Amino acid sequence: MVSYIIKRFLMMIATIFIIATLTFALMHSIPGSPFDSDKTSNPVIQQNLEKFYHLDDPLPVQYVSYLKAIVTFDFGPSIKKPNETVNSLLERGFPISLELGMITIIVACISGIILGTLAALRHNGLIDYFAMAIAVIGISIPNFILATVLIQVFAGQLGWLPAATWSSPKHMILPTLALATGPMAIIARLTRSSMLEVLTQDYIKMAKAKGLKPWRIVFRHALRNAMMPVVTIMGTMLASILTGTFVIEKIFAIPGMGKYFVESINNRDYPVIMGTTVFYSAFLVFMLFIVDIVYGLLDPRIKLHKKEGETS
Amino acid sequence: MTQAQQHEHVAAREKVLEVHNLHVTFKTFGGEVKAVRGVSFDLYKGETLAIVGESGCGKSVTSNAIMGLIPQPPGRIENGQIVYNGKDLSKMPKKALRKIQGMDISMIFQDPMTALNPTLTIGEQLTEGIRTHHGLSKDEAKKRAIEMLNLVGIPNPEERLKQYAHQFSGGMRQRIVIAIALICEPDVLIADEPTTALDVTIQAQILELFASIQERMGISIILITHDLGVVAKIADRIAVMYAGQIIEIGTKRDIFYRNTHPYTRGLLNSVPRLDLLEEELKPIDGTPPDLFDPPVGCGFAARCPFAMDVCEHVEPPATYITEEHRSYCWQQDERAKGLFANY
Amino acid sequence: MTNIDVKDEWFRPKKKDGDEKEQVMRPSLSYWKDAWRRLRKNKLAMLGLIFLVLLALFAVFVPIFSPHSVTTTDLPNQNQPPSAKHWFGTDEMGRDVFTRTWYGARISLFVGLMAALIDCIVGIIYGGISGYKGGRVDMVMMRIVEVLYGLPNLLVVILLMVVMGPSLTTIIIALTITGWVGMARIVRGQVLQIKNYEFVTASKSFGASSSRIIRKNLLPNTMGPIIVQITLSVPSAIFAEAFLSFLGLGVQAPYASWGVMANDALPVILSGDWWRLFFPALFISITMFAFNVLGDGLQDALDPKLRG
Repeated sequence: MVSYIIKRFLMMIATIFIIATLTFALMHSIPGSPFDSDKTSNPVIQQNLEKFYHLDDPLPVQYVSYLKAIVTFDFGPSIKKPNETVNSLLERGFPISLELGMITIIVACISGIILGTLAALRHNGLIDYFAMAIAVIGISIPNFILATVLIQVFAGQLGWLPAATWSSPKHMILPTLALATGPMAIIARLTRSSMLEVLTQDYIKMAKAKGLKPWRIVFRHALRNAMMPVVTIMGTMLASILTGTFVIEKIFAIPGMGKYFVESINNRDYPVIMGTTVFYSAFLVFMLFIVDIVYGLLDPRIKLHKKEGETS
Repeated sequence: MTQAQQHEHVAAREKVLEVHNLHVTFKTFGGEVKAVRGVSFDLYKGETLAIVGESGCGKSVTSNAIMGLIPQPPGRIENGQIVYNGKDLSKMPKKALRKIQGMDISMIFQDPMTALNPTLTIGEQLTEGIRTHHGLSKDEAKKRAIEMLNLVGIPNPEERLKQYAHQFSGGMRQRIVIAIALICEPDVLIADEPTTALDVTIQAQILELFASIQERMGISIILITHDLGVVAKIADRIAVMYAGQIIEIGTKRDIFYRNTHPYTRGLLNSVPRLDLLEEELKPIDGTPPDLFDPPVGCGFAARCPFAMDVCEHVEPPATYITEEHRSYCWQQDERAKGLFANY
Repeated sequence: MTNIDVKDEWFRPKKKDGDEKEQVMRPSLSYWKDAWRRLRKNKLAMLGLIFLVLLALFAVFVPIFSPHSVTTTDLPNQNQPPSAKHWFGTDEMGRDVFTRTWYGARISLFVGLMAALIDCIVGIIYGGISGYKGGRVDMVMMRIVEVLYGLPNLLVVILLMVVMGPSLTTIIIALTITGWVGMARIVRGQVLQIKNYEFVTASKSFGASSSRIIRKNLLPNTMGPIIVQITLSVPSAIFAEAFLSFLGLGVQAPYASWGVMANDALPVILSGDWWRLFFPALFISITMFAFNVLGDGLQDALDPKLRG
C-alpha cells in the first residue's frame, strides 16, 4: 500500500510538472508574447508583470522563476484588472466554485448510485427502463444547454426559482441541477452495469444460498464491489464537473473562479488563464491521487499495482 | 401400477428431499431453453446422491432449482415439486424459503476463487448466515466459526477470520466455502462440482473431508459432477442426466456394473479406468441435442448406437430393473429384445 | 407418461442418417452478420442510426437549397418567431435560424467525425504497437499514456484554443491532441488480451509474419471495441465543440455552430424568444442522444461475450 501511494504520488508530481511546462511553452509560443505592452493599457500592470515574469531575462531563467512561483502557489498579476492578482481572484472565486462542485458531486453520486442500483435490481423492469431513459437523456443534454433551458422554464416561464447568483440555497437549485444531471446519468449507468455484473457472481449466489435478507445481499455484498468502477471514473468525473462550473457560473452569473476564467478567456488575460489552468490541473490531479488511494482502501486485493489490461 | 409398490418398499428409509417431475425453462435471446425436462428423484438421510452428466445436461440447473437460486426471470420452474419437510419449496414465498436456505439446505459452489466475496473478511462471511438464522451474538458466532474452521482443517482459525479471500490458496478457500455451508448444520448439502477447480491432490483431501463430515454430521449430500472418479469414491447412489432428463438412476453398483442405458455405458467408456488397462477409450459420437427445441422422443436417440424408430417418436417410459434401479430406454421393452446382437 | 400408441413396427433399428445431426444445430452466423442482426433488433439504436443518416443528408443539402443564407443579415426582420417564411424564426441579426441550424449540423458532424477519425488512427497505431510489442516498449508507452490520461482534457483544449486562436481546424487539432489516449488504451488492452489467445499462438507457430498476424487476427478481433469507442467519442467531440463555441472559443461569427447559436441566445432567454435557444438545444441533444444509443446498441451487438 505504501509503495502504491508513493508511486501514485510521483505520477501526480510528474503530471503537474508537465502541465506547468506545457502551459509555459504554449503561452510563450503566442506571437509577440502575451505580455507586450500594447496588450495592457495600465502602466501599473505593466510594471507588476515585468517584475513577476522577469520579461527581459532569457527564457530558461524565466522558466525557472515560473516554476519557483508555482511551487510557492504564486500565479502572478492579472493584465486586465488593475491591482488584482491570480491569487486574489482564486481566493475570492475558488471557494464558491468549490461549493458548487461539492454540492454537485454529492447530489450526482447519491442520486446516481440509487438510480443505478434500483435499475439493476429490477433488471428489464419498469424502473430499469425509466432509470436508463433518464440516464441516456441526462448524458445527451450538455450542461450549458440544460442550464439555459432550466432558466427559461423555471425562472422565465414559471418564475419559481431565481435565475442568477449564488446567494441562498434557493439560488443553488438550478445551477446544481444543471451541473449534476450529466454526472448523475453517468454514475447511474455505470452503477447499473457493474451491479448487474456483480449480481451474477458466485459470491452473490452463495450469499443468497445462505438465506440472507435481500437488503443485506445488496448493501453488504454487492454494492461495495459494484462501486469499484464508479470510484475509478471519479477522477474524470471531477474534471468534467470542474470544467462544467465555467459555463454554469457564466450562465448563472455566479461569482466563482469559473466566471473569472471565462472572462479571462474572452479578454485574453493570459496570466489568469495560465494561473487558473495550472491551479485547476494541480487540484484535479491531486483529487485523482486521492481517488486512487480510496480505491486502494476499498479493495483489499490492491497491494502494489492495478490489474493489467483494464480498460477505461 | 408397479411404481407405487416400489415407492412403498423404499420408503423404509427416511426421505429428506423429494423432487417430482421438475421442469425448468429459461427465456433467452435465441428462444426458450428447456433446461430441465421432468426430473424426479428422492434423497435419503445420510446418503450421497451423485448427479452426473455432460456440461449443459441440466444438473446444475436442477441443483439451483432446489436451492431456490433460479433467477426469475429469465428462468422459470414450469412444473413439478421440490418437497422438503412436507413443503413444496418451488412454490414457497421467498421469505419462507430464506429460512430454509443456508439453514436446512446449503450449497457449495464450483469455483472457490469466485465463491467468496473479495471485499469482506472470511469471518464475516462465515458468521453472517448463522447470525441471521440463529440470532447468535458476535462472540458466539465467532466461536462457532472457529470451530468450523477447525473442523475443515484450517490452522490458526482465530487470525484467519480477519483475512480476505485472496490471502488463501484454492484448496483453503474451498474448505472455507464448505465451512460456510455447514455452519448451520443443514440436513442437505448440495455440492456443485466441488472439486473440479482444484488440483488432484487437493481434490482427494476435499473428498476425504466430505466423507468425514458426513459421518460426523449425518447430512445428505447431492453431488453434482461430471467426474466419474469422484463419483466412484464417495457416491452411494448415482443419477445420470442427459438433455435435461434423468436417463438412469440407481446405486453406485447398479450404474457402474449393471447399467442398462446406452448413454450410461458411453459415459463410462469415455473415462479412463485403472482396473481395465487394456480397454480402449471410446468417446460418444455427436453432440447433445439443442434444448431450444428438444427432440420428441428419447433425447439420446440421435447419438445412440442402438436407436430404433420408436426412440425418435416416443419418450421412453421408466423401467424399474430393481426397486432402486430405474432406467429410461426403449431397449428395456419386450419388443426390443434380440434386435441388437451386441447390446 | 405419453399416451401415444406405441406401434410394434417402430421397434426396428433406425436408419443411420448423417445429415440429421447437422440439422439439429442452429445455423451459425458470421460475427458481423450476427452483430448486425442484433443491432437491427435494437429499435432505439436503429432509430439513432436513421436520425444520424437523415441529419447528415439534411446538413449537406439544406444550406445549399435554402432560399436564406447562413450569413446574410436582415436587420428589419430580427428576432422573428417561427413562420412560414422562417420555419425556426430569425436571430438578432435577422438570419434564418432554420438554415443556420443545419449549417450548425455540418460543423458539429464534421468536428465530431474528424476528431474521432484522427483519434482512432493515432490510437490504433499507438495502442497496437504498445500492446503488440509488450515488455519494456509497452511499459514506457503506457507510462506516457497514463500521465496524459491524468491531464484534465477540456482545460488543455481551452489552453490550446486560446493560443492557437479559434477556428474549425484548431478545434479539431486541440481535441485530438487530448483525445487519442482513450482509444490507445482500449486498443492496447484488447491487443494484449488477444495476443495470448491460442489461435494467435497457433498462427505464430506456423511462421506467420507479424503484419499478417496483425491484419488477419488482431484487427478483426479488436474492431468491435474500436467501433464502439468511435461512436462514443463522436458525441464527446460534438459536446466539446459546442462547449468551446459557447465559451467564445469556437467557430467565429458570422458562421454558425450549435454552441454559437446557444451562446447568442443567452441574452434573450428571459425575454420569451424561445426559438433562439430551443432549436440548437434540441438538435444538439438529439444528436448526442442518437450517438449514445447507437453506441450502446453497438456495444451490445458487438460484445461476443453476451452472444446467446
